[in-house]
Amino acid sequence: MLRFLVRRSLGALVILLIISMVTFALFFAIPADPARLYCGKVCSPENLVLIKHSMGLDQSVPMQYWNWLSGIFVGHTYPGGDVPHCDAPCFGWSFVKKDMVLDTLMDRFPTTLSLTVGSAVVFLIFGIGTGMLAAHKQGKAADKIASAASLVATSMQIYVAGPLALWALVYSTDLLDLPTYVPITEDPIGWFTGLLVPWIVLSLIWTANYTRMTRSSMVEQLTEDYVRTARAKGMSGTSVFMRYAWRGAMGTIVTVFGIDLGVLLGGAIITESTFGLHGLGELAIRSFIDSDLSMLVGVTMVAATFIVIFNIVVDAVYALIDPRIRLA
Amino acid sequence: MTTPTGATTDDDSVLVGSTSDLAANSSADAPSDPGFRGLSPGKLMWRRFLRDRTGVVSGVIVLAFVVIALLAPVISMVYGKDPVTHYGQNADGLLTDSGLPMGPNGGMSGDFWFGLEPGLGRDLFILLIYGIRTSLLIAFAVSLLTTVIGVALGIAAGYLGGKTDYLIGRIIDILMSFPSQIFLIATMPVVTGLLVANNEAQPTWLSFTAVTIVLSLLGWMSLARILRATTLSLREREFVEAAKVTGASPARIIFKELLPNLWTPILVQSTLALPAFVTAEAGLSYLGVGVTEPTPDWGRMIADAAQYLRTDITFLIFPGLAMVLFVLAFNLLGDSVRDAFDPKANR
Repeated sequence: MLRFLVRRSLGALVILLIISMVTFALFFAIPADPARLYCGKVCSPENLVLIKHSMGLDQSVPMQYWNWLSGIFVGHTYPGGDVPHCDAPCFGWSFVKKDMVLDTLMDRFPTTLSLTVGSAVVFLIFGIGTGMLAAHKQGKAADKIASAASLVATSMQIYVAGPLALWALVYSTDLLDLPTYVPITEDPIGWFTGLLVPWIVLSLIWTANYTRMTRSSMVEQLTEDYVRTARAKGMSGTSVFMRYAWRGAMGTIVTVFGIDLGVLLGGAIITESTFGLHGLGELAIRSFIDSDLSMLVGVTMVAATFIVIFNIVVDAVYALIDPRIRLA
Repeated sequence: MTTPTGATTDDDSVLVGSTSDLAANSSADAPSDPGFRGLSPGKLMWRRFLRDRTGVVSGVIVLAFVVIALLAPVISMVYGKDPVTHYGQNADGLLTDSGLPMGPNGGMSGDFWFGLEPGLGRDLFILLIYGIRTSLLIAFAVSLLTTVIGVALGIAAGYLGGKTDYLIGRIIDILMSFPSQIFLIATMPVVTGLLVANNEAQPTWLSFTAVTIVLSLLGWMSLARILRATTLSLREREFVEAAKVTGASPARIIFKELLPNLWTPILVQSTLALPAFVTAEAGLSYLGVGVTEPTPDWGRMIADAAQYLRTDITFLIFPGLAMVLFVLAFNLLGDSVRDAFDPKANR
């Protein structure tokens, strides 16, 4: 297990390194001039040169990349003196937000985390529950209703369901609060009510996905030979269902959940912009619009890191669930 | 593994005979099916599909969307409105000073069936119909491109193995670790910049092409992975060995021996992926980085409608419902196509 973790972590570092290079090459190829934007409407050529110098944009892209990469380990001092020294681990300074990239990311992360964890608890419980129920009552009315409902909900997009929910629950009826983020440490009740609408919408769509997935993998497991053997030797239906088929189906569910969690923690752009929540996803699209390249690189790396880490976690957990899988 | 193509040659039928155990199983499951013998796998699949009522209904709905999209100019002529005229601004008594439709339900009337767009005052019905064109055109183009890339790289990795396999595998790993939403958004201006040097004049086809390229670049990996795995297992089968021994060229083996056996996963995966491309395209436009004005687009309509939630919900209802119906029909069709090809797959 330890060897597996070390090997995979090294592989993950290589992937992250490549992603950071691609990100740099890509974002710096965006036809935008951040220095010009930062300089403002009335911009003298001398001023522009100065700004370019302090942003480091007068250097070649590989050099800028090296500055960025080394900054993570040893910190970075921006030339010009306007910008405070960026201590290691330094992910750069945002000239648009006038703040350290890392501080902004830390600031935004709790919103995304709350959004993800809150809805994940709901969709895991209800999704797996409904899916197992549907598989247990395969072909009966309960199964048909659950399958049809989840198919409809899965065809809903957040940008359709989100505005509809805002209209139905907030604007026209005043049942719930307009989505906002209040730190749980400050006001637990405000945190809960502020995120309730996004949670409902996210949970609805994701519950549908997990219902479908759980049902189909349970149904698949139930046709396996080992299930038939267990039945043949006289085990009761319930214990075959819970102890055999469920254990087999769990591998798929854990894999998909791990991957989804990695993606969700990196920021849900559409969800956050629909509900006006200032998490990592909203930060990504905002930085893109503002041509805030250092921030965009920061968000992308955070999101990629979550994806890569959760991929490793998934493989490790899978091996724990299914002893046939050996980690080498 | 069956070949869905009607043009099954003699030489293929031998091959099918050895690999169509799935089809044979299904006929054992359904003894009422008369005359299995002599039916090509394509016909068999078609029969199974026709027995699936949900599949047929969703197929008809999808077909209806395609027909409406194709006939959009005709519908526009008969209906007497086009998607670019700002009716609400040109005539009095349609929009209020603040740009909201005056009539009830978003200005729905005999003249404007689905009401008027707040602000510009275009006709919503005709915008919606032209929006199907945008969606379908991009989704089909992306499906085609991703299928070509996925098939080429998947088969190359599976059949050639070795370094090619390793390289393609690592590229897929890296692309799959990309936060796709951020990259979709960030690559849009790069691709746009590559297509036209001058940012001033952006022709209509530009945003179409850019969206198509960006979605294709990040959409081919899952198909390639599936085809790689299938090719790997097919490569060891007797009929491929036999072809090799008789001196068939790699091109012949790939096109005549492997490809006919890969049509099923290719077709099933493409049908299942199409609705995902429809929603991804709409998502980009919803975020304001997709198809630009004045091309009608559902995603952008929904984004605009979200600004008028307090005052005009009709604006959201129509594109929203259309989108859900469209995606639902496509999802159902995808499920049915999979079932028809592979009756053992569970639902």
